[in-house]
Amino acid sequence: MAKQYETVIGLEVHVELATKTKIFCGCSTEFGGSPNTHTCPVCTGMPGSLPVLNKQVVEYALAVGLATNCQINQYCKFDRKNYFYPDNPQNYQISQLYLPICHDGYVEIETENGKKNVGIHEIHMEEDAGKLIHDEEGESLVDFNRSGVPLIEIVSEPDMRSADEVIAYLDKLRLIIQYLGASDCKLQEGSMRADVNLSVREVGAEKFGTRTEMKNLNSFKAIAHAIEGETERQIDLLKAGEPVIQETRRWDDVKSYSYAMRSKEDAQDYRYFPDPDLVPVVISDEWLQEIRDRQPELRTEKLERYKTEFEIPQYDAEIITSSKKLADLFEATTAICKKPKKVSNWLMVETFRLLSENGKDPEDITFAPENLAKLIELVDGGTINSTVAKEVFEKIFYENIDPDQYVEEHGLKSVSDEGELRAIIEKVVAENPKSVEDYKNGKKKAIGALVGQTMKATQGKANPGLVNKILAEILG
Amino acid sequence: MNLMGLTAVDLGKKIKAKEVSVVEATKAALNAIKEKEDLYNCYVTVDEEGALKQAEEVQRKIDEGILTGPLAGVPVAIKDNMCTEGLVTTCSSKILYNYIPTYTAEAVRNLQKAGAVILGKTNMDEFAMGSTTETSFYGPTKNPHNPEHVPGGSSGGSCAAVAAEECSYALGSDTGGSIRQPSSFCGVTGIKPTYGTVSRYGLIAYGSSLDQIGPVAKDVTDCAVILEAVASYDPKDSTSVKREDYDFTSALVDDVKGMKIGIPRDYLGEGLDPEVKAAVLKVADVLKAKGAEVEEFDLSLVEYAIPAYYTIASAEASSNLSRFDGVKYGYRSEQYQGLHDMYKKSRSEGFGPEVKRRIMLGSFVLSSGYYDAYYLKALRTKALIKQAFDKAFEKYDVILGPAAPTTAPKLGESLSDPLKMYLGDIYTISVNLAGLPGMSVPCGMDSKGLPIGAQFIGDCFKEKNIIRAGYAYECSRKEEN
Repeated sequence: MAKQYETVIGLEVHVELATKTKIFCGCSTEFGGSPNTHTCPVCTGMPGSLPVLNKQVVEYALAVGLATNCQINQYCKFDRKNYFYPDNPQNYQISQLYLPICHDGYVEIETENGKKNVGIHEIHMEEDAGKLIHDEEGESLVDFNRSGVPLIEIVSEPDMRSADEVIAYLDKLRLIIQYLGASDCKLQEGSMRADVNLSVREVGAEKFGTRTEMKNLNSFKAIAHAIEGETERQIDLLKAGEPVIQETRRWDDVKSYSYAMRSKEDAQDYRYFPDPDLVPVVISDEWLQEIRDRQPELRTEKLERYKTEFEIPQYDAEIITSSKKLADLFEATTAICKKPKKVSNWLMVETFRLLSENGKDPEDITFAPENLAKLIELVDGGTINSTVAKEVFEKIFYENIDPDQYVEEHGLKSVSDEGELRAIIEKVVAENPKSVEDYKNGKKKAIGALVGQTMKATQGKANPGLVNKILAEILG
Repeated sequence: MNLMGLTAVDLGKKIKAKEVSVVEATKAALNAIKEKEDLYNCYVTVDEEGALKQAEEVQRKIDEGILTGPLAGVPVAIKDNMCTEGLVTTCSSKILYNYIPTYTAEAVRNLQKAGAVILGKTNMDEFAMGSTTETSFYGPTKNPHNPEHVPGGSSGGSCAAVAAEECSYALGSDTGGSIRQPSSFCGVTGIKPTYGTVSRYGLIAYGSSLDQIGPVAKDVTDCAVILEAVASYDPKDSTSVKREDYDFTSALVDDVKGMKIGIPRDYLGEGLDPEVKAAVLKVADVLKAKGAEVEEFDLSLVEYAIPAYYTIASAEASSNLSRFDGVKYGYRSEQYQGLHDMYKKSRSEGFGPEVKRRIMLGSFVLSSGYYDAYYLKALRTKALIKQAFDKAFEKYDVILGPAAPTTAPKLGESLSDPLKMYLGDIYTISVNLAGLPGMSVPCGMDSKGLPIGAQFIGDCFKEKNIIRAGYAYECSRKEEN
């Protein structure tokens, strides 16, 4: 019988924190400024400059640690990781090795195979590097705007066994962190980055195999591909009796293959030591309690509450709470119109359709809850029909227009005057004898054509219930 | 009148009384520099134009009553490892030969606020690594008492400039004795304050956990006044301490009655020049005569201070100095192929041999597999040394000893034997390891006519004790002369 293998995966997830200023100086963390405009002597590594820790970074790290069931090191320290690279202005990165702020936590994930806990080895705080830009003339330039942007690195235990579990874990982390407001966690934009440590072993083996680390994974899809590709590569090696080499590999999602970057042999010695420019971070019981008290409702609790408080189905609640932004929008809209199920339908169907058509995430939604609430009222009150409503919603989605005003200005109100509508329908019936004949000959479907013609004649504004009623009367 | 022969406080009084203008005082300093620099080489950079401009500005502010402090209008020299906006700051290294900071160190800003006129930047051992000011890329500084001898280091330029009367006072920095030892060799007074008292923001780091900026001047009074001006709590420096007291001048009292002074026997043993020993014991006698209780005691652990210090300081330096890579500022090799070659050549050509030695030593003690055996052990030793001092200060208000085992050696004698040079720091470095304040006060000359310095060591934040003891001793000496 052929040998059975299992994949063992641990993740290192970097999350860019949503602080206004950098981790060790007062420079803005805002994305997209002209190169080197959000810089100062500290984040460009000027001689004599000194780091001062941003308190908000500690609070975000603590919030994430508490939400992932971690132990907190109430006495933690920063260490220097020494390596030379031009995007690293001091030629050391300030990080945490010896006493990271959080350790030994877990999150619960759910896949087709059920629920399980993924252990969190540690969470530590560190600074991001600058960005290298290589121009056409072969010159390399450095932009230090990102240098010193705060990160937390969440290091999992090697507890995952499949791409599904990895995605479930990442999704769980993403939701927790978004709900905490600690980061927007966008993989594509790099505010959440994952390195995958992967090894394979024979099923039943106790020891782990030799692992590789894969970098450059910037979407959930790429991560899933990379896991499949690397698992296959390692199993092929083992089957051929060749060793897996401990190394860092770069995943190329286009070619669906990973390439060796550096092996353990030429791994650098980072010469970590406590940063003498920073004092230990002492987290008092009071401070920790303050953070605990401030923890917002997280996804699991919110989901349960939606089902009971708003009486929406599990399926709806799952989708709505899959994004903090969406959940906030849902609650705000429902608070105005008091029609949770209708709000949920608009969000789940039309909103998601438009998001996916535009390649966007729920985080990118820009319309106001007031406008969606008004739209729901317009439909419910019969002021507009559902076809018109969809059209108006697109306007809301793209331009955040006020639907009351828009419907008024564009004359989109339903034609609900029975007399007016009857006259139009009579005309339609007179002009479409074929359909009428078909209908009378038992082809009940032919009524659809007549409804269509009526809608056309009213530019889609006819009240559909009324149209059906009148047609039925006329056709007998 | 020789304005540069006055203490900073006396010159400040004359300026305040309008007997002397700030421009006159500044010109007197600049003339002295012109006259003597060829011989002593105290400065790396003299900012004549800038100094005269500052002088006019400061005079205006004095006239308008904005500046009223004791240092207003008094010209100062700054060690070349403190950043000065717009004025080249080299650390006496080739690798920073063209580096012009975009900001000014907090300690220097504090002096500017007090009305100081900055004359220029003083020579030092490259990156403050050395005990003779011979490792400077810009040539050695000579001892004004005998130009065949070194001024000590690393703040040799600052101490020699005060001794040669090329400034009224100076700022130095002290990582393992770099203010106290050259003060001793040059016959001037210098204080290394408690760690955290003077902001390190803008001080180009050597050993971050040990570096402190402090005053170098003609007497204890000047030093207390200057320390009062430069010391401040600075939120830009995480290791800065918000102290309860900054009124150091209140300790300028000629009264040591009942003060308990301990002399570590360990500081009087093998290796100590008999003439230095005799001079220091004479200081003890003077203080005893004034009513202090003086006795010898065993401090212990003294022999472990040097290895602990060179391990910790070099480890920190190896990381602190990695930012000098030719990428962003400073020296870049002219010929290189690719990034790594550029790094290697720029650093190989830009750093001198003593700096390279310490970077290699520091990299080694931090490297994987050796970290525990060297760096961590050194940190534990540091903690034990601090405990030994804590115990001593349960009993004594001040610890008295020599600042250095000998007087200034001749130029060229020290660098050939770095280990011997390192041993010369034996009485000063434990003070840095324990974060304590220490002061060197001149206490006579040896038979060769070279100055000897006595060191006063206080408990953390007890600068006032050493200022009081030093001032009382100084009063007696001034009476004697």
